[in-house]
Amino acid sequence: MGEDTDTTPALNHRGFLPDHNYVTEADIISTVEFNHTGELLATGDKGGRVVIFQREPESKTEPFAQGEYNVYSTFQSHEPEFDYLKSLEIEEKINKIRWLPQQNAAHFLLSTNDKTIKLWKVSERDKRPEGYNLKDEEGRIKDISTVTSLQVPVLKPMDLMVEVSPRRVFANAHTYHVNSISVNSDYETYMSADDLRINLWHLDITDRSFNIVDIKPTNMEDLTEVITAAEFHPHHCNLFVYSSSKGTLRLCDMREAALCDKHSKLFEEPEDPSARSFFSEIISSVSDVKFSHSGRYLLTRDYLTAKVWDLNMESKPLETYQVHDYLRSKLCSLYENDCIFDKFECAWNGTDSVIMTGAYNNFFRMFDRNTKRDVTLEASRESSKPRAVLKPRRVCAAGGKRRKDDISVDSLDFTKKILHTAWHPTENIIAIAATNNLYIFQDKLNNEMH
Amino acid sequence: MEVNAEARRILAVSISKLYASRTQRGGLRLHRSLLVSLVMRSARDIYHASRESEAPGAPTPQEPMDSSPSSEEQKQLPPQEAEPAQTEPQCALSPAPQTAVEAEECACDSEITEDKENMSPAARQSRKRRSKASAAPDFLPSKRARLEPGEERYAAPLGSCRVGASCITSCLFPHNSACCASL
Repeated sequence: MGEDTDTTPALNHRGFLPDHNYVTEADIISTVEFNHTGELLATGDKGGRVVIFQREPESKTEPFAQGEYNVYSTFQSHEPEFDYLKSLEIEEKINKIRWLPQQNAAHFLLSTNDKTIKLWKVSERDKRPEGYNLKDEEGRIKDISTVTSLQVPVLKPMDLMVEVSPRRVFANAHTYHVNSISVNSDYETYMSADDLRINLWHLDITDRSFNIVDIKPTNMEDLTEVITAAEFHPHHCNLFVYSSSKGTLRLCDMREAALCDKHSKLFEEPEDPSARSFFSEIISSVSDVKFSHSGRYLLTRDYLTAKVWDLNMESKPLETYQVHDYLRSKLCSLYENDCIFDKFECAWNGTDSVIMTGAYNNFFRMFDRNTKRDVTLEASRESSKPRAVLKPRRVCAAGGKRRKDDISVDSLDFTKKILHTAWHPTENIIAIAATNNLYIFQDKLNNEMH
Repeated sequence: MEVNAEARRILAVSISKLYASRTQRGGLRLHRSLLVSLVMRSARDIYHASRESEAPGAPTPQEPMDSSPSSEEQKQLPPQEAEPAQTEPQCALSPAPQTAVEAEECACDSEITEDKENMSPAARQSRKRRSKASAAPDFLPSKRARLEPGEERYAAPLGSCRVGASCITSCLFPHNSACCASL
């Protein structure tokens, strides 16, 4: 790919002093999502807050400020709750945010924690009425005797205010932890998936949802797999896909039956018996699935690889990309320190020619499907001064030839993981969440997608 | 034997993970618990496979509830089918014993009772089983009778007591002077 990427200053999620070494757990970013035009970028964190960034419009006077993202709105989406019946605390961490396509001046997004999905309306107010008859400018009731004539209030411009209000709360539909939400292309319905069930909602109806997938066994002792991610097809409102902890993908057609337990297509790669280890099942569990923009391909991420599947070929993936194969010999230690359970997300670029996913040590990887070239980049303060060009990094496996500036596998920092990444829908702008920091990189030279 | 030692270590780590996950915020994570139990099953299978190949002849018989690993060879009830993985987490979901070694022997002991289940499914009583999803209390007292001083505990008859409870009593009190474990 070879493009130079330009960096905007790392946006500290909470605006605190950026040089603190400790990270408050509530500030850890748990989801990142561009809206359909790319003008807005939403992030959710473990503390239940959502921060929306807006891209500054291009301005001739300040060409470098063009395209920078600044905070647009911040609000508390979810609070910690307590399920008294089960004596369980429900975390406020935002698991996913999905934008609705814009249909009027306001923006709408869905945000979910483990149990409850909420629809938020984000609207701007830049005018306010002035000249009331009964109230004065501060809102105090006027003395009627002082009112001598009637006036019609007029709208006067005011400082821009962004208002966020919860419009719908979709609660009490999930016994297990919600891991995905996906808005349907019909713009009327959406689905929410937990470990064992997927429910279909209408955006206007909160007291009812339809269960469309249920893989809960009659006897929980027979449980062998769980649902890990789900997404609607971008164009066909009857199709959706869900991934499982066994590494399989199931494409379901809602026209076939009300309950889509029987899949239309099953995408599964036969296991390589020579690669079997204690941890084969864990590393084959799919952590994220994304349809390509064209709707023709699926991108999945498991612990060590990213795979592109063709919807027309169920027997094996079209392409397999090794994200960090050097970890294959370290699986035992990664199991002990819990890193093996990390759920990395993956993303397509706007033209489906490049895929991106995160790794450890604040590295993230991009694979060009056409040229077969790949690059490893780092999201860190030290290597990302504003306007600086990112330098490709390299991890050398143990025993391999070591070049200058290479990082050895043993010196990787496994606490710095990039789980959440997002790609602008049309331009070469990417958002990378590194623990509590958000990095936005732009490709100024090659801003048009190829 | 390296594989053996690694399998034991993985079993111990897995059990402590399952135990720790019950107290974490947000409740039991089903996906994670499932993955840990799958790892435990693999490790347990490999551990037993390596032990069988290592010591095919049975050593001198020991007390049925002796928690030493060799006792399980005594209990090789024919044939050893693939045990359901769920008994492992069930054992592990009981309060974890003090050390990792004890925990691992607990996993071995569950072999004994679960084989008995496989042998005669008709005789298996439907006991209340803990599912992965429910945070069932583990402090329920054992259903076994309190032993009088001098009494010995015999091998548990078919399906008479909960796997978890019997594991814990045998792990914590290897010598048969135990009273029932009210946890």
